[in-house]
Amino acid sequence: MSVGIVSYGAYIPRYRIRVEEIAKVWGANPNSIVDGLMVYEKSVPDLDEDTITIAVEAARHAINRAGIDPQEIGALYTGSESHPYAVKPSSTVVAEAIGATPNLTVADFEFACKAGTAAIQTCMGMVDSGMIKLGMAIGSDVAQGAPGDALEYTAAAGGVAYVIGKKDLVANIESTYSFTTDTPDFWRREGMPYPEHGGRFTGEPGYFKHVASAAQGLMNKMGTKPSDYDYAIFHQPNGKFPMRVAKMLGFSSEQIKPGLVVTRLGNTYSGSCMMGLAATLDIAKAGDRIFMTSFGSGAGSDSFSFTVTDRIEEIRNGAPSIEKLMANPIYIDYATYARHKNKIKL
Amino acid sequence: MRDVAIIGVGCTEFGELWDKSFRELFVEAGVSAIEDANVQGGKIDALYVGNMSGGRFIEQEHLGALIADYSGLASLHIPSTRVEAACASGGLALRQGIIAVASGYHDIVIAGGAEKMTDVGVETTTDALAAASDREWEGIMGATFPGLYAMMARLHMHKYGTTQEQLASVAVKNHHNGTMNPKAQFQNEITIDTVINSVMVADPLHVFDCSPISDGASAVVIAPADIAKKYTDTPIYVKASAQASGTISLHDRPDITTIDATVAAANWAYKMAKIAPKDINFAEVHDCFTIAEICAIEDLGFVKKGEGGKAAESGLTAIGGKIPVNPSGGLKACGHPVGATGVKQAVEMVLQLRGEAGKRQIAGANIGLTHNVGGSGGTAVVHIFGRDK
Amino acid sequence: MSVPRFWRRLKNIYNLIGTHCNKCGSFLYPPRNMCPKCRRNGMTTPFKFKGFGEVVTYTIVHTGAKDYTKLTPYILAIIKLEEGPRLTSQVICDHSQIRIGMKVKAAFRKLGEESEKGMIYYGTKFVPMED
Repeated sequence: MSVGIVSYGAYIPRYRIRVEEIAKVWGANPNSIVDGLMVYEKSVPDLDEDTITIAVEAARHAINRAGIDPQEIGALYTGSESHPYAVKPSSTVVAEAIGATPNLTVADFEFACKAGTAAIQTCMGMVDSGMIKLGMAIGSDVAQGAPGDALEYTAAAGGVAYVIGKKDLVANIESTYSFTTDTPDFWRREGMPYPEHGGRFTGEPGYFKHVASAAQGLMNKMGTKPSDYDYAIFHQPNGKFPMRVAKMLGFSSEQIKPGLVVTRLGNTYSGSCMMGLAATLDIAKAGDRIFMTSFGSGAGSDSFSFTVTDRIEEIRNGAPSIEKLMANPIYIDYATYARHKNKIKL
Repeated sequence: MRDVAIIGVGCTEFGELWDKSFRELFVEAGVSAIEDANVQGGKIDALYVGNMSGGRFIEQEHLGALIADYSGLASLHIPSTRVEAACASGGLALRQGIIAVASGYHDIVIAGGAEKMTDVGVETTTDALAAASDREWEGIMGATFPGLYAMMARLHMHKYGTTQEQLASVAVKNHHNGTMNPKAQFQNEITIDTVINSVMVADPLHVFDCSPISDGASAVVIAPADIAKKYTDTPIYVKASAQASGTISLHDRPDITTIDATVAAANWAYKMAKIAPKDINFAEVHDCFTIAEICAIEDLGFVKKGEGGKAAESGLTAIGGKIPVNPSGGLKACGHPVGATGVKQAVEMVLQLRGEAGKRQIAGANIGLTHNVGGSGGTAVVHIFGRDK
Repeated sequence: MSVPRFWRRLKNIYNLIGTHCNKCGSFLYPPRNMCPKCRRNGMTTPFKFKGFGEVVTYTIVHTGAKDYTKLTPYILAIIKLEEGPRLTSQVICDHSQIRIGMKVKAAFRKLGEESEKGMIYYGTKFVPMED
């Protein structure tokens, strides 16, 4: 495969709420929540931020990082579970806001937390076939967690954009493999503000089955094993799941460490894996091999194998790193958080 | 061009006038003015009505016709024109009336202004007033009227060291003047602390730095100077009428702390009247916010740029001071029914120059100036009035 | 603001695209098709501003405009772009941080929405340069 990542960019809102702050309101024991989830705090959008504004900022960072001419982008896809409109794509606003219009194709994606990686695969195909020169795949979310529900502790906000092309790659995409079944582990009906989930059902039949199958499937296809990789990123609904699946597959905690952003950020849903990949690219060296497997409830997983090129050093500093984006957070209390997330019914 | 005089004035009280409708207000002011002028309805040649936003406040346009009709003048088919320049609508209507008579086109003309702002909720009122700013590039970014003037105040404080207390002193003075004006919306004394401790609207402007929402109407009768004495022993002569436009948005203003439309209009007015700022005895200026009065006395040339705050604080502009400003109570205390204000300022001029201003009479008032501004300075209208021809 | 009115200006407000007069060299934002200096003799073309500027003056609005009542208190400011023109916008930063002369850069944010059922307006606000 001769396609790969030309550039990447991310955006994380400044506000944070600590797990203890949420636990306090619902009378839960903060220590057991933190221990159980391995998440300390999550990002919260500002009053005037949403999936689209986050996607635009991430996309602009991706463009700036590698000095891309937005007019060369032939396709742009935004994946999210929290598109501001049910009908009217987020991607048209993003395309307009990065100056990529009008000569491109655009659509929105949804597949729970793996909408962004599905968009990457689509761009790969379009680039490889020669249909487009560059494609942009974005995963962006302002995730909703019902008040008092377990998901409230981890449903976070953030977005990541990847530009896929054939030339000037910072990482080659060697191969991709996906595993998909109809598994109703988590969903949200049209018009409902918060998702429903199957509790423990989201674990084995959901996350673990699909992530493990996709990961194993890719390694079988490529004839690779965990020790062939320098880094690995797995979808991060909390800190525990990716560590467990890594162990199951034979990856070490060292390999997944740089990409494990969920502990300080929460689960950015469509941006989750892609955020972990960005954090890894921020520190990777030429020749490093990276393994990534996403998971979207519903359910499915997309697995990827990357090799970093020496171009990463040239363009890395063209946009803020994940560490820089996570610096200087502003901590808020539950009341302010509820105001920011429109949880207060007017 | 012939000289022009005001031969009669009328004004309703200003305030939250629940019992009075828009048309009742205008007719009341108009009838007072005509009675004051000893003029018969049949002698009126034209009507000019200043109104900013009949459409948003009372869902009514075509106000020229409405007013003529309800004044009983529609059967005489008198030409009636509605004039709009945001908060300078009244001043503009006055000027159109003056031009009509000065040009010889008409002889006896009524120029009035009216606004009925309390029939809708505060949110609609605020949004209607915001139409005086640049909707597309200021409004859409969340600019409110107090917000725009607050930015002027912030920069004025930064450049010239103007203080919150100096801003507050304008409101205190105007409230004091208001206690002597039976038509004023507010007739109570306040202190610097009242202003500074009141709720913040847009930093640094508090509620008491801002003029209120009001209902009201005023009207004047304009006649050629050479026949004025047929109607009144004390005609008040219009020595100058000037109008200038400026940028609609504050961000395009060359100097954010100067309303250059005021400077331009004032310069034309002084030239027309062949006088200098120091010859003005007293003035009614556009104090939609306290900072606006401070900038006005600078831009009109009464004090140097940057010294407006000190002047207000020192009593220079109090009744009894060197140049009394806003003896009526100004927009702050007398009230600001938008379209009516510019004409009310002329009414105050006439009362003062005739010696009929009661408790707030300025001793020796001989030449006065009115200053009416639209929006954050997109329009300025300046008139100079005198007891002598 | 009605949909067509917002749509007509959306490229300008998303990407800080104004106009440049090739005759006198003036940079204009908000965009104008008639250069205020040259009037009919001017030659205006679209120009994309870099998005860097400094705060000329500001206020903290406590009583918000119609679409902004949920955002109060917010910082309203006049910002002078590097290339010259001044515009009105909001600055997103800690209220104790804002000062005249502060260096800022453009950020993409939600401006408001017509209603729960209506159109969402997006546009440019500003954040401190260090962010």
